[in-house]
Amino acid sequence: MKKVNRIFTVIVFIFLYIPMIVLAVASFNKGMDIAVFQGFTLNQYRELFRDDDLLRLLGNSLIIAVISSLIATVLGTVASLGIHSMRGRLRSAVMALTNIPMTNPDIVTGVSLALLFAFTGVLLRINSVLGFWTLLIAHITFSLPYVILNVMPKLAQMDPDLTEAALDLGCTPVQAFFKVVLHEIMPGILSGALMAFTMSLDDFVISYFVTGSGFVTLPVEIYSYTKKPIQPKVYAMFTLIFVAILLLMVTMNLLQARDSSKKLRRKEAHR
Amino acid sequence: MSQELIRLTSLVMEFDGERVLDSINLYINDKEFLTLLGPSGCGKTTTLRVIGGFLTPTSGDVLFDGKRMNDVPAYRRKINTVFQRYALFPHLDVYDNIAFGLRIAKLNEQEIDERVTEMLEIVSLKGFENRKVTSLSGGQQQRVAIARALVNRPKVLLLDEPLGALDLRLRKDMQNELKRIQQAMGITFIYVTHDQEEALTMSDTIVVMDKGKIQQIGRPEDIYNEPKNAFVADFIGESNILDGIMLEDYKVKFFGRVFACVDKGFEKNEPVDVVIRPEDIDIVSAEEGHLCGTVTSVTFKGVHYDTIVDFKGFKWLIQTTDFCPEGSYIGIRLNPEDIHIMHKSEYSGMFGDYSSYSAEYDEIADAEGSEDEA
Repeated sequence: MKKVNRIFTVIVFIFLYIPMIVLAVASFNKGMDIAVFQGFTLNQYRELFRDDDLLRLLGNSLIIAVISSLIATVLGTVASLGIHSMRGRLRSAVMALTNIPMTNPDIVTGVSLALLFAFTGVLLRINSVLGFWTLLIAHITFSLPYVILNVMPKLAQMDPDLTEAALDLGCTPVQAFFKVVLHEIMPGILSGALMAFTMSLDDFVISYFVTGSGFVTLPVEIYSYTKKPIQPKVYAMFTLIFVAILLLMVTMNLLQARDSSKKLRRKEAHR
Repeated sequence: MSQELIRLTSLVMEFDGERVLDSINLYINDKEFLTLLGPSGCGKTTTLRVIGGFLTPTSGDVLFDGKRMNDVPAYRRKINTVFQRYALFPHLDVYDNIAFGLRIAKLNEQEIDERVTEMLEIVSLKGFENRKVTSLSGGQQQRVAIARALVNRPKVLLLDEPLGALDLRLRKDMQNELKRIQQAMGITFIYVTHDQEEALTMSDTIVVMDKGKIQQIGRPEDIYNEPKNAFVADFIGESNILDGIMLEDYKVKFFGRVFACVDKGFEKNEPVDVVIRPEDIDIVSAEEGHLCGTVTSVTFKGVHYDTIVDFKGFKWLIQTTDFCPEGSYIGIRLNPEDIHIMHKSEYSGMFGDYSSYSAEYDEIADAEGSEDEA
């Protein structure tokens, strides 16, 4: 049974990672034909970094990802504190409301946001409302639940007496948050922020509906590439993005692992 | 002799319509070691939290030095707390935990250093300055928690079952330690516990609570020797509680026999509860006894035997160093000072009968008591 499991795991990983490997190999290929490897070159990467358009799009994506994840993290943390202080039915109701947008299909979220923005645009008599701001608002909206989902468990794990201890020692409630609570829930905030960042960076569906011609992110632009022959320098960019996301995810996992081993040691110390 | 520091007047606390504290009236003197004692759910922790400023009472007043403090938040009260599970800050080391309150008060670093060092000495934790609090043992964490509170030189220290998580040996040591610190620093301690022995050992004054009401306030000796009702008699130590009739001053009748006692001031022929402590009973031969009964069970407890004796169907607990085998027929003698008379109360008939005696009564009581209070 163990052996079968292991074989299955290997197969699953092959299926998951073969496309990425093919892409990475193609990005170093001298020839244009993806089926034939004609020799190693870094030309595609050189080409990529000469392409101002692509770099600008990547820049757009990063700007949106950074700003939206920062705002979502602050809002999400504040919201978590609020939800945490609620009790009973109200709390579970609010949590359910928070979770629904995550399970809601992106296409539905995208279309409804687009409608909302169009409606607001008409109300405010703005001609082309879709652009940077609508994109930013949309990204904050869909990454907010992920932050809350990461921060809430940290708040629940925290000894509730810690806040009271801080108040007892003379902290105002605001001081108590920054001097004590924040330190306790920081791992949750960090992983929430990282998740918001990656969600924002690779979102296509929602972005597609809420962005105008003025401000386009990388995934939206790349979608249009599938309709015409793809230039090999795009492979190079995909490879770079894949590596970046991989690094980010590994960091996130390491952070979590460190956090849980710390907790384990703390528990042992209690015995 | 000492000055009044805190006063609670007609304090009522309700959670979702449920009355947790019912008109609590209490004053606490400066430099006093006062213990709130009672079973879990009796309202002792709630009382402590009201004094600490973590709860606002539904009605009634909290006065400090005669000033009303109901709406003063916890962080503006000259009170510090030692929490049940210590609540040390895990991201700070021992030194920074203790210095926390002083840094909030913005003292200069030199004075902070002096006071923290002094506190470390008092709680015998010198050399532990840079240790992570998570790497300390329970007893050490406990002492950090005490140091962190006392370094602020509060007028009052609140302690919420601070020794509950420690093992018996360490608990005894810490009891002495706490009493020593309290006397050395001259600070008022308000101490919450469900452990009656702890309360008797450490306190100047004990407040026995049950069902959100104060049952009795007094010195440990008074609480033990002169319990006010069956609840107090049963909760503090072991008691045989029987129905009796107070014929006149110094004369009480129970089991169809008249006994001399030292109590007075009751109505003529008033029905009363009679308390007889298990360790006060002298076992004699059947012919010499005031009362005679059959031993139904004997348990060795180390210092003494717990002997259960059946007197006309009512079972008494007798603690004695004399071994009486099961089934033997014995007599007992009661001196007037061994008999304590109480007015009838809502608790009459609920306690003090050992018919369902179990040798593990101590362990059972402990297990119940150690549950967390809501």
